[in-house]
Amino acid sequence: MGNIAIDVDNVSMMFHLTRDKITGLKEYMIKMLKRQIEFEEFWALRNVSFSVEKGEVFGIMGLNGAGKSTLLKIISGVFKPTIGQVSVVGELVPLLELGTGFDPEFSARDNIYMNGAMYGRSPHEMESIFAEIMDFAELWEFQDVSLKNFSTGMTARLGFAVATSVKPEVLIIDEILGVGDYKFQQKCVGRISNMISGGTTVLLVSHDFNIIQAMCSRAILLDRGRTACLGTVDKVAEVYGNISG
Amino acid sequence: MALTKKRMALFAVLLTVGFFVAFFFLPESIVGERGENLMFFAPKIAFLAITASMAAVFILVIIFRRDYINSQVFALNRYKYLLRLMIKRDFITKYRKSMLGIIWSILNPLLMMLVMMFVFQYLFRMTIDNFPVYFLGGRLIFGLFEESTSMGMNSIINNEAIIKKVYVPKYIFPVAQVTTSLVNVFFTFIAFMLIFIITGAPFHWTMFLIPIPIIYTFVFSLGLVMLLSSLVVFFRDMQYLWGVFTTMLFFLTPIMYSVEATIQEAFLPFYGLNPLYHFVTYFRMLTMWNTIPDLWANMVCIGYALASLCIGSYVFMKKQDRFLLHL
Repeated sequence: MGNIAIDVDNVSMMFHLTRDKITGLKEYMIKMLKRQIEFEEFWALRNVSFSVEKGEVFGIMGLNGAGKSTLLKIISGVFKPTIGQVSVVGELVPLLELGTGFDPEFSARDNIYMNGAMYGRSPHEMESIFAEIMDFAELWEFQDVSLKNFSTGMTARLGFAVATSVKPEVLIIDEILGVGDYKFQQKCVGRISNMISGGTTVLLVSHDFNIIQAMCSRAILLDRGRTACLGTVDKVAEVYGNISG
Repeated sequence: MALTKKRMALFAVLLTVGFFVAFFFLPESIVGERGENLMFFAPKIAFLAITASMAAVFILVIIFRRDYINSQVFALNRYKYLLRLMIKRDFITKYRKSMLGIIWSILNPLLMMLVMMFVFQYLFRMTIDNFPVYFLGGRLIFGLFEESTSMGMNSIINNEAIIKKVYVPKYIFPVAQVTTSLVNVFFTFIAFMLIFIITGAPFHWTMFLIPIPIIYTFVFSLGLVMLLSSLVVFFRDMQYLWGVFTTMLFFLTPIMYSVEATIQEAFLPFYGLNPLYHFVTYFRMLTMWNTIPDLWANMVCIGYALASLCIGSYVFMKKQDRFLLHL
């Protein structure tokens, strides 16, 4: 068991859905006195367990609302699961959404440093990879332009370049391969393949079964928060066909 | 010897008793007035002793378990750089697009001072020695408190986008915001020194101790911001409530009037309840009255600051996992 990178152990996540959102103290007090606070328990995930080995490319599939994003947020440490535990060995970079934490008022350069810092990088490290990021994103001429003047595609390119430049041991990719034009997409896929062959563990989330099939060996299929199928890609494909069909 | 909780508690109790005995026999010039009888003096000394031992334990933990606190509690080594960038960002954001930029930080207190001088010295005919310096000193301390709490309390909800997407230790946001205000104090201090020199106020060696009241206020505000920023997530009303509260405090703190000259004696004891009163007075003792505050004055400040920090960080740590569900 020495080479497990991600271990998800019996994870459940419960959200309180309040019928009407209470935002004020007064409202809260009144509702509390009248005992009107109603919670609807919503289990976004129930008893999900799996483990991913080091260097493996693992797919997560499911229809909308199946709990994929919640699961990723739990693994990346943003959410704390209601029940169960998650352990990740090694450094993890989640690509949940490109350009997270970018400040539109700052230049590309400042944003790169800021983003690197969020992943726990030192200024020294950032200096050495700055050029590499700019090369990959092909944005040299815009390095001192405020991000608010960037197009969506440019921002996404920058985001992808920053997130993958830090060479994490575990990479989480959430439906972001549709970045930019075809040429850049190929570049992204190329870089991810490079990382995979370099030993990076990858969690890949997609609706698109072709991508999963092309890149992953094993996958999990979520259906309304429960594990519908866990195993080889072919097995998951069969079940996925049944659900979505 | 490992610093377990049990040993620390024992140590704190022993220290309290030790301080109690020691303070009891210290001369008045250090401990502060003894008062008429033992009934008043004993609780005062007890408070002193408890605060002193709390502070001592605090410092000990910080020194001996520094590595543990850095790596386990704060992950500080990893996020030190982020903290620095956040402070820089907050600072730049504040002055973005204003023509005079940072100069506003110096200009603002000076303009305020002119208004206050006009109202209180010429309209109300109040007499305070060197009013400009008196006012600016008060404003410096109160400004640090007011700015850091009003900006800092929104630090969690303002950074919602980051908190929802990346794992970053959440304490970074309030800490960065309060530290930004601390940097701002530096500019208010320039304004203060300008007026100090222009009005020809006498220089005292005690002025070298100025960082002490600023640190007290900083720690106090930091604790409060931790508390407020986590409360705001659950009750947005706090923002407005706090706005009213700080305005109230502004008038209840002797910033533009002097307590001794204007306040009826019956209300005097209540002034001691206001932490800012102590911080402001501490600052003026150093800059205007050429006195080194006694042990009592220090312990009151430390007591308020530590209590605020402990309560604030406790609530913050307890509630931080639930922030996300309410943002």
